[in-house]
Amino acid sequence: MEMKVETGKNIQVKDVSPSGMKIIWQEIKKDKLAMGSLIILVAILVFVYGASFFMDAKEIAKVDFLSIYLEPSSDYWLGTDYGGRDVFGQLIIGTRNSFTISLFITLFTAIIGLTLGLLSGYFGGATDNVIMRIIDFVIALPQMMFIIVVVTIVPVFNVYVFIMIMTLFLWTGKARLIRSKALSERELDYIHASKTLGTPHWKIILFQLLPNVSSLIIVNFILNLAGNIGLESSLTFLGFGLPESTPSLGTLISYARNPDVLENKWWIWVPASLMILVLMLSINFVGQALKRAADARQRRG
Amino acid sequence: MWKFILRRLLVMIPQLFLLSIIVFMMAKAMPGDALSGQEINPRANPAELDRIREELGLNDPWYQQYLRWASNAVQGDFGISYTHKTPVMDVIEDRLWNTVFLALVTLIFTYMLAIPLGILSGRYNDTWVDKTVTGYSYVGFGTPIFIFALIMLFIFGFALDWFPSGGSVDSKVDEGTFAYVVSKINHLILPALSTALIATTSTIQYLRNEIIDNKIKDFVRTARSKGVPESKVYSRHILRNSFLPIAAFLGYEITGLIGGAVIIETIFSYPGLGQLFLSSVSLRDFSVVTAIVMMTGFATLLGTLLSDIILSAVDPRIRIE
Repeated sequence: MEMKVETGKNIQVKDVSPSGMKIIWQEIKKDKLAMGSLIILVAILVFVYGASFFMDAKEIAKVDFLSIYLEPSSDYWLGTDYGGRDVFGQLIIGTRNSFTISLFITLFTAIIGLTLGLLSGYFGGATDNVIMRIIDFVIALPQMMFIIVVVTIVPVFNVYVFIMIMTLFLWTGKARLIRSKALSERELDYIHASKTLGTPHWKIILFQLLPNVSSLIIVNFILNLAGNIGLESSLTFLGFGLPESTPSLGTLISYARNPDVLENKWWIWVPASLMILVLMLSINFVGQALKRAADARQRRG
Repeated sequence: MWKFILRRLLVMIPQLFLLSIIVFMMAKAMPGDALSGQEINPRANPAELDRIREELGLNDPWYQQYLRWASNAVQGDFGISYTHKTPVMDVIEDRLWNTVFLALVTLIFTYMLAIPLGILSGRYNDTWVDKTVTGYSYVGFGTPIFIFALIMLFIFGFALDWFPSGGSVDSKVDEGTFAYVVSKINHLILPALSTALIATTSTIQYLRNEIIDNKIKDFVRTARSKGVPESKVYSRHILRNSFLPIAAFLGYEITGLIGGAVIIETIFSYPGLGQLFLSSVSLRDFSVVTAIVMMTGFATLLGTLLSDIILSAVDPRIRIE
């Protein structure tokens, strides 16, 4: 996560003004909540990715009928589930899977949304009309139901297909947001001036329009990342998300659909729920702080 | 205005057509049909199965099946549910009302919470009241509904046992009695409140920002300088202008609730459309699945239409394009 923000920042430093990113960084440093969230987030991610490196996913997924529903102990830090599998191990692997997959979904939706949004907003006219009609339609669909149906339909279902299906339905909001920003940018003098000078369209879009919508993209990317973690785990919770071979945080929580687990075996579902809450909230707090920082009117000082 | 509504309605026709085609294709692409479960049954005669398929029209080309399905669907006939052995509409009807009740109560809770909080937060911005409300709405924004609902169910349904933990009505009470109504409402409160507490976020934030924006506008300053008392400045001048966009989001709000029904109904084992949808997907009862997806798709299109119309009535600038 940290890496992503940093690379995004570096690009902007080069492209916009040297002071832009500095202001945003100072803004975040002043915001104790955002700074705390960022530290917690980085700590969790370093721990999870580090620990999962030493863990054997196959060993954890092995069913052991002699140790079903054990309470937390020194052997099993967070007890075991109905198959006698270590909940702590599943929590680490699940966090890693949920985060990685949500990151890729966010990345792909960002690429599609950015491309179509910029084209639509910059060219306007017929291009805009066609793209917007598609967006209006996809956005009005009951997304969750459609994703569930498509997940059941596809002949081969694995992590990559899941990422593709999610991307297919989730790029629209971003495209619409970037389109509306691009639409207002293209009326500004710097774009008109470049057009008059005969700069080719692709150059204007890549080197002038893109840097000017970059802060919007970064903020939206971060907020979407949090949203996608929630959506992925919701779908897995319902049983239509990640395939069983790839445990996610939602898998652990889905055991709580059994009332006995929900009521009496907290160690199975509470840690995973807390993990999702902490991840989503801290990503959101960082995103909100960036949003404030990127908008001069809302800066705190 | 009428021209806008008419044009907006015309846009909906191709949308509906596209929706129906997509939904139909998805249903056709589902692995297996209602009879494939019988194939592993050694006593089922393959020739007999083929005969039933032929009779049901499952062997016709897709466009014939689509036309038959679409013309029936327009008349409210979505065929026979293969698992329930009754017309799909009969299976759906009760569930539909349960979902509508739940959505209505949720909507009422949402606005009952969001409007006062949004007004407080906007009127006394940057005070501790505002900070608390904003903090709550940030947390609400970042909390996925299924986790919050599970926690609510765990606390109030199991640990404290204040509310029933599932179903839509107590099986012991008779229909039509007062106790029946009470039981029905009792079953609604927990799922509705869980959804509402999360759903308030956007309304609170929007209302707050609207009020803060309007507070410094000229018409408010004029009202104040005329000596209009502060409470009236809010009720007559600021709030009226701030409420308009909120009212316009009503349609989108409904759209969101319909989409969220799948999760909330599963968690509270509430027998609504969302729960029926999930069980039908698992049972491959595709006539029911198609009917539900088609109906919710139609409802969300309607919700968006409603919002667009209110928005254009409120803000004439939208109509110009």
